[in-house]
Amino acid sequence: MAVVFEKTKGLTDKPFHYCPGCHHGIIHRIIAESMVEMGILEDTVSVASVGCTYNSYEYFACDAVQAAHGRAPAVATGIKRTLKDKIVFTYQGDGDLASIGTAEIIHAAARGEKITAFFVNNAVYGMTSGQMAPTTLLGQVTTTSPFGRDASYQGYPINVSELISQLTGAAYVERVCLTDFKNIQNAKKAVQNAFKVQQAGLGFSMVEFLSTCPTNWGKEPIEAMDWLKEKMIPQYPLGCFKGQDIDFKNLGQSDAEVKS
Amino acid sequence: MATKRVLMKGNEVIAEAALRAGCRNYFGYPITPQTEVMHYMAKKMVEIGGNFVQAESEVSAINMVYGAAAAGARVMTSSSSPGISLKQEGISYIAGAELPAVAVNIVRAGPGLGGIQPSQGDYWQATKGGGHGDYRNLVIAPASVQELYELTVEAFNLADTYRMLVMILGDGTLGQMMEPVAFRDEEPIKVVDKPWAAVGRGGRQTHNTVTSIYINPDDLEAKNRELQEKYKYIEEHEVRYEEFGVEDAEIVITAFSTCSRICRNVIRQAAELGIKVGMIRPITLWPFPSAPIAAAADRDNVKAFLDIELSAGQMVEDVRLAVCGKKPVYFYGRMGGNLPTQKEILEKIIAIHEGREV
Amino acid sequence: MAKVTFSDDLCKGCGLCVHACPKKILELDKSRLNNKGYHPAVCIDPASCIGCTFCAVQCPDSVIVVER
Repeated sequence: MAVVFEKTKGLTDKPFHYCPGCHHGIIHRIIAESMVEMGILEDTVSVASVGCTYNSYEYFACDAVQAAHGRAPAVATGIKRTLKDKIVFTYQGDGDLASIGTAEIIHAAARGEKITAFFVNNAVYGMTSGQMAPTTLLGQVTTTSPFGRDASYQGYPINVSELISQLTGAAYVERVCLTDFKNIQNAKKAVQNAFKVQQAGLGFSMVEFLSTCPTNWGKEPIEAMDWLKEKMIPQYPLGCFKGQDIDFKNLGQSDAEVKS
Repeated sequence: MATKRVLMKGNEVIAEAALRAGCRNYFGYPITPQTEVMHYMAKKMVEIGGNFVQAESEVSAINMVYGAAAAGARVMTSSSSPGISLKQEGISYIAGAELPAVAVNIVRAGPGLGGIQPSQGDYWQATKGGGHGDYRNLVIAPASVQELYELTVEAFNLADTYRMLVMILGDGTLGQMMEPVAFRDEEPIKVVDKPWAAVGRGGRQTHNTVTSIYINPDDLEAKNRELQEKYKYIEEHEVRYEEFGVEDAEIVITAFSTCSRICRNVIRQAAELGIKVGMIRPITLWPFPSAPIAAAADRDNVKAFLDIELSAGQMVEDVRLAVCGKKPVYFYGRMGGNLPTQKEILEKIIAIHEGREV
Repeated sequence: MAKVTFSDDLCKGCGLCVHACPKKILELDKSRLNNKGYHPAVCIDPASCIGCTFCAVQCPDSVIVVER
């Protein structure tokens, strides 16, 4: 028998500190697997942000820089402008990217910054214990919307992928989820597409992952996945919002290779 | 050494000095009265193949600096007081992650939006930390366009040597004034190896991490002790100041940057009246030249100190700490963007001399 | 012929693998706790494993090795 699945070398040996059933671990793994499979692990710099994944650099086996809350796209800009031939990605949650870091993500995308943002949307602040996020659904109960998010009082959720895809500088934007084998395979493909877009210098790329937060949602992991499918996907539909026409098969190869 | 003298504006000289020091990354956001630094960079940096990004905010600009510094590059930002306030978050992170970077503050009068005229009201912010946590920035206060050039080049060397932010603290007067400057043929660039930088693992077995977070209290305390040791070393080795006339002065003026220029003329005028006045001009505001001030306080000929600032009196607190009650320390300052006149300072000197000042 | 192996002490007992298994041969071992204090996932019918990797791909903690 041959090993057909084991933990990727793109991750360190350090066990994740994430709660049971949290999807961060799956997202970390498919990013790490993609770096290894695409041969870019040694040429990548990741940017960790603030939230549950503040120390993602302890898990990804690539070089890393830790950024202040919301500032990861600006930090990534500084790195990428300095290291033009390297791959640079940010890993940010919904509080980080869609609240305090809105200016940074919008302008990095608008500049067509050749970086990739991995955006984890679980509709809640995880690390600080379940406060309302910009992506919290209407009616969703959180520790700071204890009566359910009320549009007349707390406004509406932000659909980040749709927003970013309006910007010319954004070359590739896709929203995925991780609720089963097929969706995870799709998500991994999106990760690789995003890296390919960066390699080819097409512009800014982003993958939004709908993710569960069983702990702060107060749900069992399986129940949380069902809630994600039933409640989150209607608000945040899956799919590619930008870059549908890109020929990913031939992307990332030099022109000479494509011609031959 | 000096081959050509050209007439240039202070702000432009800062930018030119940075380029000469090997800085190929500039990230900024427009604000008066430092704008010419940015304009110069926008053109020249691009012409030589470096990176110039006009960021969406000062907050983003300093975080771009953080990123480029983490990737091992020489990098600079410039701003003026309200913008520097916004950059304090990033500056604290730069201190925590021990990254080399240069930040220029062409100070204007505050608080709040204040005005756009010169001030030294950011002395406390610059020298006492500015952002959160126990940290220091190395703060340099040039007093002429020539010094802006030489000390900006030196700022990059110091930043790389000590892995910390070096702040050039100027003011609207210095940034906007034109003076002849003599450029060197070759800059004394200190090349510092940066094995800690996040540049991609390459062949390395372990990955580099640039971070300022230490969740374990013992780890964080150890990190803080390391920082404090570094700061102590800098206090012992990097103090810079100019001193003159102290050996027979009755009154010693303490003043930095623009104020020191006004005081120079006043000292001449006082001498004509038979009042001997000397001056200690801090060039590094942190580390502060406490030792020469303390030594002057111990001299029998020195009867009093007079601190002159473009503020309500900020550096004067450090002067008083150094003098330690041995002699009276008087203060005169202007605010709101106004400069003290030579006449005002001379009147103050005469009052001290005649024992009228309390 | 296929085989799944769990890094027992790294399992957090979230049950995502149990949910993902098309052969329904995984379950959380309620009879014991691992070093982390969770009921770890186990394969109750190794002979029926088809090595599809669905469990391993769904596992957030990469604790499953699949051989085929």
